[in-house]
Amino acid sequence: MQWEVVIGLEIHTQLTTQSKIFSGSATTFGSEPNTQASLVDLGMPGTLPVLNKEAVQMAVKFGLAIDAEIGQHNVFARKNYFYPDLPKGYQISQMELPIVGKGHLDITLEDGTIKRIGVTRAHLEEDAGKSLHEDYSGMTGIDLNRAGTPLLEIVSEPDMRSAKEAVAYVKAMHALVRYLGICDGNMAEGSLRCDCNVSVRPVGQVEFGTRCEIKNVNSFRFIEKAINSEIQRQIDLIEDGGKVIQQTRLYDPNTNETRAMRSKEEANDYRYFPDPDLLPVIIEDSFLAQTRASLPELPPQKRERFQSQFGLSLYDASVLASSREQADYFEQVVGIAGDAKLAANWVMVELGSLLNKQGVEIDESPVSAEQLGGMLKRITDNTISGKIAKMVFEAMANGEGNADEIIEKRGLKQVTDTGAIESILDDMLAANAEQVEQYRAADEAKRGKMFGFFVGQAMKASKGKANPQQVNEVLKRKLEG
Amino acid sequence: MALDRSDVEKIAHLARLGLNDADIPRTTEALNSILGLVDQMQAVDTTGIEPLAHPLEASQRLREDVVSEANHRDSYQAIAPAVEDGLYLVPKVID
Amino acid sequence: MHQMTLAEIARGLADKKFSSEELTRSLLARIAQLDPQINSFISVTLDLAITQAQAADARRAAGETGALLGAPLAHKDLFCTKGIRTSCASKMLDNFKAPYDATVVAKLAAAGTVTLGKTNMDEFAMGSANESSHYGAVKNPWNLEHVPGGSSGGSAAAVAARLLPAATGTDTGGSIRQPAALTNLTGLKPTYGRVSRWGMIAYASSLDQAGPMARTAEDCALLLQGMAGFDVNDSTSIDEPVPDYSASLNGSLQGLRIGVPKEYFSAGLDSRIADLVMASVEELKKLGAVVKEVSLPNLQHAIPAYYVIAPAEASSNLSRFDGVRFGYRCEDPKDLTDLYKRSRGEGFGPEVQRRIMVGAYALSAGYYDAYYLQAQKIRRLIKNDFMNAFKDVDVILGPTTPNPAWKIGAKNADPISAYLEDFYTITANLAGLPGLSMPAGFADGLPVGVQLLAPYFQEGRLLNVAHQYQLVTDWHTRSPEGF
Repeated sequence: MQWEVVIGLEIHTQLTTQSKIFSGSATTFGSEPNTQASLVDLGMPGTLPVLNKEAVQMAVKFGLAIDAEIGQHNVFARKNYFYPDLPKGYQISQMELPIVGKGHLDITLEDGTIKRIGVTRAHLEEDAGKSLHEDYSGMTGIDLNRAGTPLLEIVSEPDMRSAKEAVAYVKAMHALVRYLGICDGNMAEGSLRCDCNVSVRPVGQVEFGTRCEIKNVNSFRFIEKAINSEIQRQIDLIEDGGKVIQQTRLYDPNTNETRAMRSKEEANDYRYFPDPDLLPVIIEDSFLAQTRASLPELPPQKRERFQSQFGLSLYDASVLASSREQADYFEQVVGIAGDAKLAANWVMVELGSLLNKQGVEIDESPVSAEQLGGMLKRITDNTISGKIAKMVFEAMANGEGNADEIIEKRGLKQVTDTGAIESILDDMLAANAEQVEQYRAADEAKRGKMFGFFVGQAMKASKGKANPQQVNEVLKRKLEG
Repeated sequence: MALDRSDVEKIAHLARLGLNDADIPRTTEALNSILGLVDQMQAVDTTGIEPLAHPLEASQRLREDVVSEANHRDSYQAIAPAVEDGLYLVPKVID
Repeated sequence: MHQMTLAEIARGLADKKFSSEELTRSLLARIAQLDPQINSFISVTLDLAITQAQAADARRAAGETGALLGAPLAHKDLFCTKGIRTSCASKMLDNFKAPYDATVVAKLAAAGTVTLGKTNMDEFAMGSANESSHYGAVKNPWNLEHVPGGSSGGSAAAVAARLLPAATGTDTGGSIRQPAALTNLTGLKPTYGRVSRWGMIAYASSLDQAGPMARTAEDCALLLQGMAGFDVNDSTSIDEPVPDYSASLNGSLQGLRIGVPKEYFSAGLDSRIADLVMASVEELKKLGAVVKEVSLPNLQHAIPAYYVIAPAEASSNLSRFDGVRFGYRCEDPKDLTDLYKRSRGEGFGPEVQRRIMVGAYALSAGYYDAYYLQAQKIRRLIKNDFMNAFKDVDVILGPTTPNPAWKIGAKNADPISAYLEDFYTITANLAGLPGLSMPAGFADGLPVGVQLLAPYFQEGRLLNVAHQYQLVTDWHTRSPEGF
């Protein structure tokens, strides 16, 4: 049987506010346990929540960026369940009236086509603390530093049809929240976490199959692997005559398998109701307008501008616009170097492979945008050739300073003095008299290839510094002569 | 729709209340009597009436995003039943 | 000394007739001597009281003045007091020394009040007889075999027994007004949002409101002045200026329109109380008030709606008592569920458990619309009834309770019978309106209260009516025998 896969995702993004969503505690990651847990975060009797304005603004920014309806009257509700990392015995979340309603996000598939993924809603809520399962006298330790960190939970429509699409969606969402500056996107620290709802159905069937939710997958790679392993599990199960049971599951990267979560075995009855300690949040039109005005240029607009302003191809423009840091880097390089296509090439190819090799992000690049721009300027003004530039780039990556210093120190400046070039060529031709004879005897078709040999010899003799264009011209004249 | 013993057990579990077996009949009776009282509401026609969550119907005030809390872990944990290395301890949790 | 009201104490302290420390020591001695009879205190904070009294005397010596500077009072044991047990009269919090002060506690301390102790109450404020306390029932000073009302029964009994002039209380369905009525006090539940709820351990968040309990309206004005005000820590607190309540006491009642709802005089009302209510109306008429009949057509639905909304909110509010970060934890829990179930099952008393279960049920899947949502719709109907009535009248007057104080244990068999005692008080909580109960006579030696309700933020009007009434009556001056 042919199976169709249906995937919907819930992405939890921690918002980069200074303080928590309902208290004045810091949200810094990695502090000593429970040192960022205030009376409110601990759920002390008598304490009350007060909503953080910045969290609201960030959620609205997100809503505007995905072209969603903004819940101008949104309401916090309590989701009631008992768990030791949930201090109050309820999570303050949003249920019926979320701050962000229906919107959408476009993703680029491998074949270059664009697919629109629906976003059902996004709502504000508080994060829970952490259970530490290392052995504390045979018990579990609870750290509530994370409790109360603002989360924006982004719920997609079940619009994805493969693990690859799901990953593309998460990547696009990841890029977007970083573009907006509302989430640092650090998946290793749990700043962006993903729950994947996966089901399969026979191709052609209209109804969805029974879905399973894979909780808390924390890297792009694992999302793809977890979904694929879950798809396979479901298909195997059905083909063996079994039935998929609706379940919450966990992905284990070591075994590349998912397993049912024990703590979620019983059906939950969360008893949502509007939180009586909080009043409805009213988003005024003026707040909306002000937030809209503060939105940065987003990937689609940026891509279009890169095409029109810099004459880049669709592919180059979308790669460069895919992350805000990369786009900013690129624009800075263009600003210095002037030549956008040259800059695009260097950022995507040479810099890309350097970052890849060193395993760092562009904002930690060993070669700054100023350095790269400065170097490219020396290519465009003929101070160095592209080939020499690669040497200079490598030296910059090793921390040897900026391009001009390196060119100066290593004497890499291109030789453009015609006299000097003539003398290099004369010496070279004299050393290769035999080849010169052969060249002159050869027909036009063969000469092309042989000409390249002389150019290579000349560049070698000049240690790469001779201006290749001048070498070409003078060499041609001398060989013809 | 009177509650029976199993309903009461279910509710008690939902609310994480450990009931004594012997108390369940009495609790069941009391809950049914309370629900009998509140069920009188069902006769009221509330078609078209908006639910009222807060008497004054004000809107939520927003706090500036400023860190205002210092670390008081020691004093907060002085009243905790079980702590170790700054962590609250609970019986082993299995995910 | 113990017969003095807050206002008299303020004058005495100002005139240097006695010091706050002298007064405090005298009242502490009286508490030690008499409280065993009525059990109105859970904790007596002797050291704190002396320290605060000395500090108040020093502030006064330094030239500071203020009606509450050096005034002794007690807090209901659900206001968090830093470093002092805050028990909610529950085994669950018997070991809970709050790590911070409630806003009410902090404001009153800043005004110079002296905290004599923490008063007994119904466990987690759930009750109207003060019989559900982990620390034992409170007895009514007017008759020790009778209940003092609840849930602020300890505050009421202590003030009625002249152990101190005033105390704080909280009112979720009548918990200030009903015990005030049953012990011959004046008690005021302010408009929802008038007094901060920060540090007040929640029963039902959208209904809870703190207020003053004292012997006179004049004292309630003084105490409310120290309690009321906007608080950034409470999102439901209202940012409205606080008027001078004492200044509002003296207005004339000429032309005051008093509404008496016809639905108040129903079958459940003790006829002696009905008579005393009408007698109070006559007194007010002599002062120039005019009386009009009004209607609150949805009154009868208030109790059912309340007993859904309050337990629903409570079931969630009380989930934080899980034996993990504070409070009672059962011995040797064998797993997490056992920790929760036994800590909560052993830590909460039966009435609290009942209300948690009713609330959990009312919110559970499949029942939410029929219970919680329906109750909230009725809540709006009730608010609308009042909005309509207040188009024609300035205050609404009626009985505070359908019956005088009942015998301890009389309503234990059937929780419902006690719920019905909230008939007159509950509506003010559902609608968020201010309400006041004042002494209006006696039925067989037991006090009877009259309740006044006013539009939002008209606490001053309630205090004005009660004060004018108290200038021409002497019910509020009577003391129980033996105290």
